[in-house]
Amino acid sequence: MTADVGSSPKVSHGAPAPGRPTEVRKLDRVVIRFAGDSGDGMQLTGDRFTSEAAAFGNDLATLPNFPAEIRAPQGTLPGVSSFQLHFADYDILTPGDRPDVLVAMNPAALKANIGDLPHGGTLIVNTDEFTKRNLTKVGYDSDPLEDGSLDAYTVHKVAMATLTRGALEETGLTKKDAERAKNMFALGLLSWMYHRPTEGTERFLREKFAKKPDIAEANVLAFRAGWNFGETTEAFAVTYEVAPASLPRGTYRQITGNTALAYGIVAAGQLASLPVFLGTYPITPASDVLHELAKHKNFGVTTFQAEDEIAGVGAALGASFGGALGVTTTSGPGLALKSETIGLAVMTELPLLVCDIQRGGPSTGLPTKTEQADLLQAMFGRNGEAPVPIIAPRSPADCFDAAVEAARIALTYRTPVLLLSDGYIANGSEPWLVPSVDELAPIEVDFATEPNAPDGSGEFWPYLRDPRTLARPWAVPGTPGLEHRIGGLEKAEGKGNISYDPDNHDRMVRIRQAKVDGIAVPDVEVDDPTGDAELLVVGWGSTYGPIGAACRRVRRLGMTIAHAHLRHLNPMPRNLGDVLRRYRRVVVPEMNMGQLAMLLRARYLVDAVSHTKVAGLPFKAEELQGVFTEIIKGVAA
Amino acid sequence: MTAIDLGLPTLGGLEGVPTTDARQTAKDFTSDQEVRWCPGCGDYAILAAVRSFLPELGLRRENIVFVSGIGCSSRFPYYMNTYGMHSIHGRAPAIATGLSVSRPDLSVWVVTGDGDGLSIGGNHLVHALRRNVNLKILLFNNRIYGLTKGQYSPTSEVGKVTKSTPMGSLDHPFNPVSLALGAEGTFVARALDSDRKQLTEVLRAAAQHRGSALVEIYQNCPIFNDGAFDVLKEPGERERRIVPLRQGEPIRFGADGEYGVVRDPATGSLQVRKVAEVGEAALVVHDATRDDPSYAFALSRLGGQDLDYTVTGVFRSVDRPSYDDLARAQVEQARTAKPADLGALLRGKDTWTVE
Repeated sequence: MTADVGSSPKVSHGAPAPGRPTEVRKLDRVVIRFAGDSGDGMQLTGDRFTSEAAAFGNDLATLPNFPAEIRAPQGTLPGVSSFQLHFADYDILTPGDRPDVLVAMNPAALKANIGDLPHGGTLIVNTDEFTKRNLTKVGYDSDPLEDGSLDAYTVHKVAMATLTRGALEETGLTKKDAERAKNMFALGLLSWMYHRPTEGTERFLREKFAKKPDIAEANVLAFRAGWNFGETTEAFAVTYEVAPASLPRGTYRQITGNTALAYGIVAAGQLASLPVFLGTYPITPASDVLHELAKHKNFGVTTFQAEDEIAGVGAALGASFGGALGVTTTSGPGLALKSETIGLAVMTELPLLVCDIQRGGPSTGLPTKTEQADLLQAMFGRNGEAPVPIIAPRSPADCFDAAVEAARIALTYRTPVLLLSDGYIANGSEPWLVPSVDELAPIEVDFATEPNAPDGSGEFWPYLRDPRTLARPWAVPGTPGLEHRIGGLEKAEGKGNISYDPDNHDRMVRIRQAKVDGIAVPDVEVDDPTGDAELLVVGWGSTYGPIGAACRRVRRLGMTIAHAHLRHLNPMPRNLGDVLRRYRRVVVPEMNMGQLAMLLRARYLVDAVSHTKVAGLPFKAEELQGVFTEIIKGVAA
Repeated sequence: MTAIDLGLPTLGGLEGVPTTDARQTAKDFTSDQEVRWCPGCGDYAILAAVRSFLPELGLRRENIVFVSGIGCSSRFPYYMNTYGMHSIHGRAPAIATGLSVSRPDLSVWVVTGDGDGLSIGGNHLVHALRRNVNLKILLFNNRIYGLTKGQYSPTSEVGKVTKSTPMGSLDHPFNPVSLALGAEGTFVARALDSDRKQLTEVLRAAAQHRGSALVEIYQNCPIFNDGAFDVLKEPGERERRIVPLRQGEPIRFGADGEYGVVRDPATGSLQVRKVAEVGEAALVVHDATRDDPSYAFALSRLGGQDLDYTVTGVFRSVDRPSYDDLARAQVEQARTAKPADLGALLRGKDTWTVE
């Protein structure tokens, strides 16, 4: 495994490629950020470059970053949308802390992003938008392209709109329509600079605009114009190559967390031979899971867009009662609304998969930004003692495995399960080693078919348990002889009739807890290559990438550090207590105010240090490296 | 009231639900649980009517499900020897929707009340109705909160003095039938707990309806709102207040049929007139199958909160595809069009191979 690099990519010089007068430099990694107005198509541009990188065989990670408003006022700072892509010839863990290349489509994009571009970085600017009016709009007193304030960067000034318009002159499109394709011009230019394959993008554009062939053609022309601009002008002295990464053997594709999650849900239904019923309500950043699942009804998937969050989870639970795999998807505010129904699922002990794609909170918070602040809501956010298993994927592709695992637990133990993804991995993408379907373990589901009363009465007792899992039988309507009534009122152990008996309630509360506590989860693995680290970093969910990258950096500096990443938050792995006690110091970085740290301290009496950030953006590896090295030095001192 | 035979080529409400030839009685639908409503509660009469009426459907007991919310009425499923779920406050229509859509072989009934269905769960109720989910919704309306011990409900009359409104309630009540028609419910009816015959007829028609059927049942709460519907039961009063609907017949009521419903040509609204004054030919002939809900809505507006004219029977019964059938048809269509190849799905269109 190659160590993750510091701030500057490794460069080796090579001869110009045949037919290319420019120098070609080989890089091991590049971070590019496309930034523009919300209407400029930056997400699409980034997405396409990602596909090109994926098709080329690079490892990659992406970070889309966009405002909650669909179209904030044009040219303003709140309207800036960006897409950052990190691609490399080795396995990488994050979308990169800082861009090496910033593409700024207007003054607002420049102003909002220039602070992240390290000195010496490359800046490509669409000069057409740098009018006095636009500069004033974002508070530039003078034109940064002229006043010397960008002298620390390699600046390429390109009149992208003008050039695009020129390239499309013969298409007969209006000036406005023609200029709209300038994002493809930018993509073409960047594709040339980084020797990216282009066929995929041209094919994509023709398919995307199949119903509007003139628009498709315009975009292809603009894309080629951007490429040709790089090729024919002498403005760009250097192009770059990033070789394919040597990843484990197999078939790969690029995938976002939300798509992987949707596929995991489809796969879980197939592995369990059950129909899937998704009851949900649109909410950022979870809606894409609904959109994806709605396309796959051929797998026996029903998608129900309900009137609200509560109806979404209610319908899912109703479907579970009927023998389907009931699923609901949401984000923090929606999870709050669903909590009463999740409590009902705890009480009725029916399978239910609840996916919370976390975003910045509280309340409406930061809908399009990431955060991990729903852990305690997932853990405790219900009335009464209502334990629920919790699983958190650690990367976009891992959402697939996490969804299958969550469904397996829900179906095996007859319990609601909470899956905690977040905006960062939901919208981010990475290459995924596509699993072979044969390698996916089937999910065994045994419906009750016979009366089970131990007294031989021939009755059906809905609350008689499997001694191994403590799960109660799943007897679906339509099964003769097993008619029974369940509900939110406390039920008598075994027979399942309403019971207000104090001892019975005490016993049932403890049984429900024991059932969740007893769920089989794998031991947590510790990444401690030297085996003698004194500092252990414990993370969960989407911080896996930044923590892992930071640990590589720390080790490159000659220090030792261990990393344990929790996928199962409830129950926690059996060996976790021992792992925590093995290290002198434990630090827990989280995108919240220390929720996991609080749980670890309470549960294991460990003096865990909490490092927190709630800025709506993932941790930077550099920042965590600083935190970790400080602690290591402190321990050594 | 005559049985509703709409003569429309449509799926029956119970199409797909397995039947049995075994003889069934009310006892077969009685669970072993002790019924714990207050003595004199109207719920007893409704429970008895449902238990005795179900055998005539000839359905397999295990294919019937009662789903309820919270409130006195919502204890109903525990007393039925079928499958059942006593869920959470107001959410029964949502839960039942998921069940009904995923299981075409079930006859799904929702039991709710004026608080459960119209207050905390009002949203789910109107959306179930507009979607036309194949649910039979029995809304027990006692115009009071019983289980929380006597607060006014969304159907209580303005000025209602209760524990929570010692100076009288301020809010204008819902007319559940008007509300259901406003949501374009395809089957909307009203019955009284005390009129077993009519209640049974309405339940029968509801069961046969494909899609959402809302049946409002006036139900007496002897503890917190006793006598709320007495005027509809007292001889002398009831005849001049209850307006029974019979499909295909002129709408006529009164001890001697002396009143009738006519259309005001000026406004198009419906009014009560003495038959002797307007002539029999002027009476509106009831037709629940009119697609435009305005007529049924006008019927629902004949009386106000004081139960002066209380229309009972089936207001509207029209044919519209049920959400369940449509949702399942989409899944079937997708299945026919494209095989479920998980490996192909996971690989997608753009893959690359690392050797």
